[in-house]
Amino acid sequence: MDLAIILALDVLNGAASLFLLCVGLAIIFGMMKIINLAHGEFVMLGAYATVIATNAGMNIWVSMIIVAPLFVGLVGLLIERCLIRFLYGRLVDSMLATWGLSLLLIGLVTTIYGNTMNGVPTPLGGFQVGEYRSSWYTLFLAGMAVSVMALVYALLRFTRFGLIARAVMQNPNMAATLGVNPSRVYMITFGIGAGLTGLAGGLLAPLSGITPVMGAAFIAKCFITVVGGGATIISGTLTASGLFGLVNQLGAYFTTPVYGEVILFLSAILLIRILPQGISGRFFKGMS
Amino acid sequence: MTDARHAGLQSILVLAAATGVALLPLHLDLFALMQVTLFAAMSVLALSVAFIWGFGGILSFGQTAFFGLGGYVYAIAAINFGDSTNAILLAVVLPALFATALGYFVFYGKISDVYLGVITLTVTLILFNVVNSTAGEAYRIGIARLGGFNGIPSVPTFNMPFHPEIPLSPETSWWVTGGTLIAVYLLLRLILVSRFGRVAVAVRENETRAALLGYDTRLVKLGVFVLGGAIAGLGGALYVNWGAFVGPTIFSLSLSAEIIIWITVGGLGSLFGPIVGCFVIQWLVALIGSQQTFNSNLVLGAILVGFVLLLPKGVAPTFLLCLARLRKRYRSTTEHGSAQSTPHAGQLT
Amino acid sequence: MTELVPLLKTEKLTMNFGGVVANDSVDFNLGEMELRCLIGPNGAGKSTFFKMLTGQITPSSGTIAFRGRSIAGLPSHEIARTGLGIKTQIPNVFNGLSVRENIWLSARRKNTPRMANLVVDEILERVRLTEKQSAIVGQLSHGQRQWVEIGTVLAGDPELLLLDEPAAGMTDKETERTAEIIREINEARAIIVVEHDMEFIKMIARTVTVFHQGRIMMEDTLKNVLADARVRDVYLGKKVVVS
Repeated sequence: MDLAIILALDVLNGAASLFLLCVGLAIIFGMMKIINLAHGEFVMLGAYATVIATNAGMNIWVSMIIVAPLFVGLVGLLIERCLIRFLYGRLVDSMLATWGLSLLLIGLVTTIYGNTMNGVPTPLGGFQVGEYRSSWYTLFLAGMAVSVMALVYALLRFTRFGLIARAVMQNPNMAATLGVNPSRVYMITFGIGAGLTGLAGGLLAPLSGITPVMGAAFIAKCFITVVGGGATIISGTLTASGLFGLVNQLGAYFTTPVYGEVILFLSAILLIRILPQGISGRFFKGMS
Repeated sequence: MTDARHAGLQSILVLAAATGVALLPLHLDLFALMQVTLFAAMSVLALSVAFIWGFGGILSFGQTAFFGLGGYVYAIAAINFGDSTNAILLAVVLPALFATALGYFVFYGKISDVYLGVITLTVTLILFNVVNSTAGEAYRIGIARLGGFNGIPSVPTFNMPFHPEIPLSPETSWWVTGGTLIAVYLLLRLILVSRFGRVAVAVRENETRAALLGYDTRLVKLGVFVLGGAIAGLGGALYVNWGAFVGPTIFSLSLSAEIIIWITVGGLGSLFGPIVGCFVIQWLVALIGSQQTFNSNLVLGAILVGFVLLLPKGVAPTFLLCLARLRKRYRSTTEHGSAQSTPHAGQLT
Repeated sequence: MTELVPLLKTEKLTMNFGGVVANDSVDFNLGEMELRCLIGPNGAGKSTFFKMLTGQITPSSGTIAFRGRSIAGLPSHEIARTGLGIKTQIPNVFNGLSVRENIWLSARRKNTPRMANLVVDEILERVRLTEKQSAIVGQLSHGQRQWVEIGTVLAGDPELLLLDEPAAGMTDKETERTAEIIREINEARAIIVVEHDMEFIKMIARTVTVFHQGRIMMEDTLKNVLADARVRDVYLGKKVVVS
């Protein structure tokens, strides 16, 4: 029984972190059709922002929940203006450019801060379930995932920006004739996506080794989740992270963490193969 | 340019390259020779991607999967056989088989092109994770220990075919590597003027049209992909021969990124350009590696971003385009209305 | 006409997209060597019908028999190999290749290299593009690209050609030439033409099939179709006829 609870907590943890990691990517991909290969580096930047702010004496919660998303969101805005906006409608070029961006960010952070950095301790401590230990932070992550989900849903559903954004994604030209500036909507959307990714980086900073290349560990997982989830941002990402989080943690429990990840990847590839329509290949036909 | 003149230029280029490969050891010290041997091995990998992406329209972000597989297969087979001849063969065949399986899964499953990038990238990461976790006595194939993150050290290098007692000298090794590069280049050139090559380009241009003309586009793409996998595997064997070592970093994301940079710099849709791109970029990386002020990723990233934004066609095609424009201007001023050359598509087949 | 096996026969051919019925129970017959025109307002289901015939989409239900052989749901390339070629509505060509290469790719599928070159030369004559053979197709005019596509399809030696709006975007002179080309092709092959341009239809048509709301509304000679009140109502009356 205790074991079952611990396993359930593990799965919850896996699904929640996966959702937090993916939601920014899903927004950028789902709404703008930009595959951002620098996504992992946005996570990395969020983690660095948190660690640096905390080490400079800032409260860890403030640096995780406010500093990280704000900083990465601003970086995202900057990147959208300098790079991404030239690449709309050029899917492959946008992948290549963001891959270059990913290397650039890794190189930049390495040059400034070196190959590794002391992390921050995990706050909140742990609790006992029978003979197993778990941490409150796990539950906090799940709570954050739910809040982010609610926030994104409300943003898209109930705000003027959400309505405009959805309209622009449907038909940018039509929206432009209605007096909406699509370029500005894209910019803000990219900034929000980047900010949420930075938040994920901040929240995972206490759990990860802080290195410039830490993003590489997340990137494949994120892509496969977003692709597996399909076009709908919230429900798609949520179901896919739930499913893959489950597969990952169970696989890790019954084999090793490494094989847990392998099993996750294999099942994701299988899912893409079995459910190609769920992945909305139609968005990409002919855009090569 | 007429096909005949093009073919003439190609032969001159290849002859010059062959002469260069033959004579290079006279002019370079051992260190430099080893360096170019490495670049040539990498260039074989560059050719494999240049072919499948530039001519087959298949964007594989994980060509290192086949490259690394070729390297590991070569290492394991060479250690077990004690002879490199069959090991090289296996390093081509097994990655090709793996590419067949993966390609069948992808192309016959109608998975769209962009997801192919994501899937190949993921497969590469799977291989990295798996191989990385094979430290320990239990993981061995025959007498070869996989070694996990430490990799496989002291892999036997190439020997004279079926004569394991005569290993190749660095000079001979260079000749083999450089010669293989030229041979692969020629092979791909030949394929491109064959019916298969032309259909492959047609599928890249317009898959629907090719299918409506009665070509099985899935099969064509699979063929291109498998060929690319085989060549990448061969490159892996050459790479391991160069360093007598293979480790899981052969599957790394950064190498995948470097391949993409070679091609972007050298020009998509060219075979020669990516080789130049590979040499230049690898030379640059080696140069940066020897100093401490800035990180090679910074430079590589800036190059990739810069090229995509400013020179999306790459150096070689842009250069050729400028050359063609210059020539056109020159011609129109000297000989008004010169006879239009008419290339015949079928002539070379 | 009915005692022979028709070249093409569809029975109860139906295509649903979600809740939208694009084609509803279409029974269609085409004889050997026939030249048939399909007309009907936008959204009548003509292009969907073509897409089902060529395997670009799989019918929801119903059968398609080509020379008595069932081809419904086969992949495009297999249908093409049975002898069915299509020029799609939007020019579907290899834009980066030359005119000659476009046609050669089609000719080379069944022929030896030497034969393929002969076929290409002949086709170039027929679609009046011999002078343009080394031009890159993407740089040609819309009308010329239509001809490239017709030539490319023809080089595959199909028994039945489907031409979806072959005269769209052409000048009057080009339209006339296209009609001429189509009549020539029809000397040896069956053709189905979808067109909006009534002037063009008048140049080539014998039997006309009218599609309306995914169904066949009527099928008769051009004269009778033009005289029919319902046709005028759903189609001619609403659309300004290009003259």
